[in-house]
Amino acid sequence: MSKSSYKVPIGPIHPSLEEPMTFNFEISGEKITSVDLAPGDNHRGIEFMGRNRNIVQIIYLAERICGICSASHPFAFCRAVENAAGIAVPPRAEYIRVIISELERIHSHILWAGVAAHELGFDSVLYLSWKVREEVMDILEILTGNRVNYGIFMVGGVRRDITKEQIPRIKKTLDYYKDSYQKLEDVFLKDPSIALRTRNVGVLTYEEALNLAAVGPTARASGVKKDVRQDQPYSAYADMDIKAITPDMYNGKTKGDVYDRIVVRILEIFQSVQIIEYCINNLPEGDILSEKKIAKLLGTLKKAKGEGVGRHEAPRGEVIHYVKLGEGESPEVWKARAPTYNNLMPWVPMLREQEVADIPIVIASIDPCIGCMDRATLVDSKTYKKQVLTREELRKLSIEKTRRMMQ
Amino acid sequence: MEYMNPKELLSFLKKNLKESIIDSRIETNKAGVKQEEFHNVWFEVKQEKFKETVQLLCSIHYPHIAIIAGIDTGESIDLTYLFSIYYGERFKEISVNIKVSLDRKNPSIESITDIIPGAQTTERETKEMLGVHFTGLPDMHNIFLPYDFPKDIFPFRKDQKGLDKLVQKES
Repeated sequence: MSKSSYKVPIGPIHPSLEEPMTFNFEISGEKITSVDLAPGDNHRGIEFMGRNRNIVQIIYLAERICGICSASHPFAFCRAVENAAGIAVPPRAEYIRVIISELERIHSHILWAGVAAHELGFDSVLYLSWKVREEVMDILEILTGNRVNYGIFMVGGVRRDITKEQIPRIKKTLDYYKDSYQKLEDVFLKDPSIALRTRNVGVLTYEEALNLAAVGPTARASGVKKDVRQDQPYSAYADMDIKAITPDMYNGKTKGDVYDRIVVRILEIFQSVQIIEYCINNLPEGDILSEKKIAKLLGTLKKAKGEGVGRHEAPRGEVIHYVKLGEGESPEVWKARAPTYNNLMPWVPMLREQEVADIPIVIASIDPCIGCMDRATLVDSKTYKKQVLTREELRKLSIEKTRRMMQ
Repeated sequence: MEYMNPKELLSFLKKNLKESIIDSRIETNKAGVKQEEFHNVWFEVKQEKFKETVQLLCSIHYPHIAIIAGIDTGESIDLTYLFSIYYGERFKEISVNIKVSLDRKNPSIESITDIIPGAQTTERETKEMLGVHFTGLPDMHNIFLPYDFPKDIFPFRKDQKGLDKLVQKES
């Protein structure tokens, strides 16, 4: 380490983080020269806990892996178990699963857009976008009973039906989001100061995205057309012609920077609106569960043997669950992988050569829920004098940079 | 781009790896009103030929690694690598799930991080949770466990039942 460089650890914990983690930066002047990632501060050993639970109990455990992807994990887990045990899901349930998952995508992407604006210093945009998000939270509550942790997934189907009376209410929500598209586009994609702060910042090239196994909007913003809904359609997605959204669809070019990640997410919100619209117009009649009696279902699962993989395209990228059913009620192995896991490595090239003031937005750009940072310590390597940068100060640096650029 | 179907893929691998491929199967799933098909290819490969298998996959299409799922059966440590190839086109993706069985006393396998750098996180996790040694993987700090976690305890092995021993060590 040269004398002019500093070590700056950022992290490790903040209550609003889904995965609290530490970033150890090495900084020379204003530029980041290297970064070391150290997650695991909140490793809850969920897979270990799953060893002592039966399959139905694990669904609720999986739901609590993430507060925002609380439809994605149970969806992937149920698919893995259905794959292992050979259980068929009724078509109506497949459509309801997709409706809930896409509503979740809308809420997650808008939540992310708000956080990104907050990191840049546009708090009015944060409030505006979270106000827009309330509508989808309301419809999720009407359909499932909960704003988060929907508790709607079950092996072999879903637990709640969508009634005829609820359909007009869903249509109202969809109309609301169709009307908001222009507003969101104006605020996020046409605003010159957002473009100034995000263009050519945190670039991830196509090759890096491919080599580092990036997933979700992070990969797509770099031009990798990877989307499970397109590559290996499942559930109701197989009936629709879904295409992975890349930034060139919007403005004809793919740069792989933070701006492109905003483009992908904003376009995906409206792709979700179209998917939900298709689903409610073509909702098949019939059962919503292949086996209504839980005790009977558990009996079948106890006898079942084999291994299965369940995949789902969550708002942040592919969620994959691997389940191996063996003797007894609990699975022999349950491996759950969240998208942020694969998007850890791409952070390294994204953060290299960036400025300290860009740390918040680059970290937030993969949507890890680590937009809010706790504290950062600056250690002078010569005098070992400690200077602590609080989260507020770091955010202030980011805001000041925005103001400077606007002048 | 030319696509192999899963049968051709498996026979291509079998032609090159011969008896090293044990116990293979193609699982075909159907989805949607049109009942379109997608495939999962499962097979087990001998430990010494694993890296060659990944290189062969690379010669077809650069594989995306999702995760390594590991299990301690009591006699061996079985790793299942979840790969996928041909992503980017509708209904073209094939999931390739490769199982490798390792000796429990001295579990060791070649690292694939030189071919797929993105595999680093999952290899490091498998290393600290199951105690598998990856040759070629740089010796880095723990990723999910604390830095000062005892080096001879692997939490995801079947003989680890809880935290008792760890608490004792710390006090």
